[in-house]
Amino acid sequence: MTDVLRLENVSIEYTNRKGTMRIVDDVSFHIAPGEALGLVGESGCGKSTLALAAMRYLPRGMRVSKGRILFDGADLATLDDAALRRIRGNRVAMVYQDPMSSLNPVITIGRQLVEVPLLHGETDARKAHERAVRMLHEVRLPDPERMMTRYPHELSGGQQQRVVIAMALMAEPALLIMDEPTTGLDVTIEAAILDLVRELRRRFGTAILFISHNLGTVARICDKIGVLYAGRLVETGPIRSVFGTPAHPYTNGLLAALPRIEAGRTAAPLRPIAGTLQAADRARTGCAFAPRCSFAVPALCEAAPVPLVPADGAGQLARCARLDVVAAAVRGERHAAHGARLAGDEADAPVLLSVRDLSKRYPVGGGLSGGVKGEVRALTDVTLEARARRTLAIVGESGSGKSTLAKVLSGLTEASAGEARLGDFDLGATGIDKRPQDLKRRIQMVFQNPDSTLNPSHTVEHAVMRPLRLLRGLSRSAAKAEAARLLEKVRLPAEMLRRMPHQLSGGQRQRVALARAFAGDPQLVLADEPVSALDVSVQAAIVNLLADLQAASGIALVLISHDLALVRHMADTVAVMYLGRIVEYGPADAVFAPPWHPYTAALLAAVPRPDPDAPEPSIILAGSMPSPLEEMKGCPFASRCPRRIDGLCDTTPPPVRTPAAGHDIACHLDLDTLPATL
Amino acid sequence: MSETGHTAGQVAPVDTGAVGRVATTSVGRLLWNGLTISPIATLGGGIIVFWALMAVLAPVLAPYPPNQMDPMALVDPFPSATHWLGTDQLGRDMLSRIMWGARTVLIVAPVAVLGAAIIGTLLGLLSGYRGGIVDTIVMRVGDVLLAFPQIILYLIILAKFGASAFNIILVIAVTKAPIIARIVRAVTLDVKNRDYVAAARMRGESTLHILLVEILPNARGPLIVDFFLRLGYTTIAIGVLGFLGIGLPPPDPDWGGMIKESYGLIFVYPHMTLIPAAAVSSLVVGFNFLATGLREAALDD
Repeated sequence: MTDVLRLENVSIEYTNRKGTMRIVDDVSFHIAPGEALGLVGESGCGKSTLALAAMRYLPRGMRVSKGRILFDGADLATLDDAALRRIRGNRVAMVYQDPMSSLNPVITIGRQLVEVPLLHGETDARKAHERAVRMLHEVRLPDPERMMTRYPHELSGGQQQRVVIAMALMAEPALLIMDEPTTGLDVTIEAAILDLVRELRRRFGTAILFISHNLGTVARICDKIGVLYAGRLVETGPIRSVFGTPAHPYTNGLLAALPRIEAGRTAAPLRPIAGTLQAADRARTGCAFAPRCSFAVPALCEAAPVPLVPADGAGQLARCARLDVVAAAVRGERHAAHGARLAGDEADAPVLLSVRDLSKRYPVGGGLSGGVKGEVRALTDVTLEARARRTLAIVGESGSGKSTLAKVLSGLTEASAGEARLGDFDLGATGIDKRPQDLKRRIQMVFQNPDSTLNPSHTVEHAVMRPLRLLRGLSRSAAKAEAARLLEKVRLPAEMLRRMPHQLSGGQRQRVALARAFAGDPQLVLADEPVSALDVSVQAAIVNLLADLQAASGIALVLISHDLALVRHMADTVAVMYLGRIVEYGPADAVFAPPWHPYTAALLAAVPRPDPDAPEPSIILAGSMPSPLEEMKGCPFASRCPRRIDGLCDTTPPPVRTPAAGHDIACHLDLDTLPATL
Repeated sequence: MSETGHTAGQVAPVDTGAVGRVATTSVGRLLWNGLTISPIATLGGGIIVFWALMAVLAPVLAPYPPNQMDPMALVDPFPSATHWLGTDQLGRDMLSRIMWGARTVLIVAPVAVLGAAIIGTLLGLLSGYRGGIVDTIVMRVGDVLLAFPQIILYLIILAKFGASAFNIILVIAVTKAPIIARIVRAVTLDVKNRDYVAAARMRGESTLHILLVEILPNARGPLIVDFFLRLGYTTIAIGVLGFLGIGLPPPDPDWGGMIKESYGLIFVYPHMTLIPAAAVSSLVVGFNFLATGLREAALDD
């Protein structure tokens, strides 16, 4: 049987005014009908370029300089426009990361779906309509007939992505290319989409080229995997072989850098991959990963091109000159004991921040008429504590109110009710402009986006020196010296002080942001998704650094994250938020072990694990979070809860169950029935 | 745009998509990149440098004092060996007057635009950062000024207060400021929500520091492009004022005034009108070319 897609030694080059760069170098793989291949790698590794090349849809300036791309056995390069058009849309379909950019905002879902069969040979409009409705039903969208008449903006992100998938499947393609299809989505929505893709694949027998930076999602979907680094395939093979006995040092590094949800708080620190991908690495004759590899021997690795050679696992190939050494070393490490990172007792961790019944409401204006339409209840009766030397993690989907909480604590907005006590101050009532300088010093923040955390117009020195001058009152010369020391603390060379932010990588910028946050010697640091915008290998280094800084300075860390594996790795205390309320709160060990709140259970089940043998998620949450404009009479989670008790959960606020001291679960289910949720 | 609402139909003179990327470049680098990468900017820069040299070197290079009349030339005012560009209707040397006239426009226009930039930048920063009632007042007053036909505004004010270099600068600075305020306001609205501004507030920076040090530098890209564009428009405006007789008082040479004095004779002595007209046009084209090139360079970066 012919492969649906076959790449033979494909190289892709990009030419601009500055010269020619090889984006993809000598990549070969094939996908048989019904097979799913995952391509993983960090940003800039060439994975999206390959996806575009597979449809002969490379942007201007890029071209396939070597090798062949065969679709159904036909060389794409030799096809004329008509033949190409028949393939695109009919035989291959693509699903991109951002569903909003794939859907036309001014045309109804129905018309966009019906267009597909009508463009590809269907003549009967009624039949096309029926097929569209059937497909919306297949992707499990509620009330497909009504969905047909709606516009994309009326749908949630998860629903939009389902529509895009439905559209892709309308033509019953032989190959579905998915480029980071779940990256912008919440973990529960992601689990539902991945579950859908698996099922559709079984039903329609569609081959899938699945591109992702997330090893967990690939493990859930694919049979085969290709690991890309600097445009080269460094390892490929059946998914069980590659995850079971990763051969290439880069694959090993990626897996070791990931926090694991099944490991506890006491697990060893993450193992980051040193260095970053450099543009010059692409031009290397030998192994592009050599500069970052601890096994590299210049004579072996950098002198000549390294071929793909068979590795331990069945069907597994790796592009490494030192496979035997790497394999032995990795086996040794696996047996090494985990370094214990013990959380001390409560005595050395005094309560620093105490939040009681904190609420935040925003009036939603009726526009020019001035009438108030309603209120967004961003936070409702939030109660929690943060201790010195400890990490409090706040988890939840987007819209759960976790960022609003950070904004209230940081003073960027004021609370409507309740209090957040830090020493003598009520943070909730004291907006940033009312805070004395000493209070500002005590609370600092690390932001999510490395692109906007530093002012593009100023040097690193400015970012680090200003807080030293303002918060610690240092003189210019003292601040200068201290800035260099601070940079050293975040493991950046002092000459970085003169750099502009655009000359820094994302990880470096986030280090500078950490230096800035710790400059004033704070007591409380709010970290809002500090690593979620970074590549896996860089994430681990920042996480370790944050843990080290915390250990050295004794700060209370409030970590806001949607990444439960990261939270499991870092947190001492966890607050699970849903729709502005805390539904479960307690020590991390207790929150991550049963009994669970049904929402916590769903979140845990949804986390994609980098393990092909991980059980399929047992709970798939349907629907999406209700609007925070609605008045909630009962439990906020009632509308999506798989264990809802009708007539009770949606009308009466849930009582707080306390399975152990300090562990609270707000649920109508009693402690005897709660554990059964996973 | 903000919830305070922007009057429909307002046209933002700068492509906001470029704003973010323009912002990361330093002023010097933007100029250098523009001049070296974009041929059109190089050409524009060359024209401007030419006129600047003419203006600066006028006392040295000009063959005659600008107001000196040559009765001999009245017979034949056309270009000749003694008067390379000919003379005007009063026998004054055209070349000298053009060179001295360049001084007027090259001093008045940049000072006026700089004044507009300073006023507009401060208002724009304040308006965008504070929002609310401040924003509404500043922007609506600006709208009223912009809604007024500019020439009529010039006429009224200069007729009332008299035509002097200072008044011309003042009038242009005030009438051009609202446009610049809009550009700066748009950038401010975008930048004030960035994390680095939050970080600055959290370490207790003053509002003035946040406006001038954290926000303003990120507007310099669009501002500098607009500065040269605005210089071009202002050159035309100064020419028009001269032509309407409310430019600099005679006998000092002024390109617009030169056109006005001679346009009745255009079919007899075309050079008297066409040479100053060409001077105005070339300078305007120079400014526009430079602005276009800089925008290209900024987008390219």
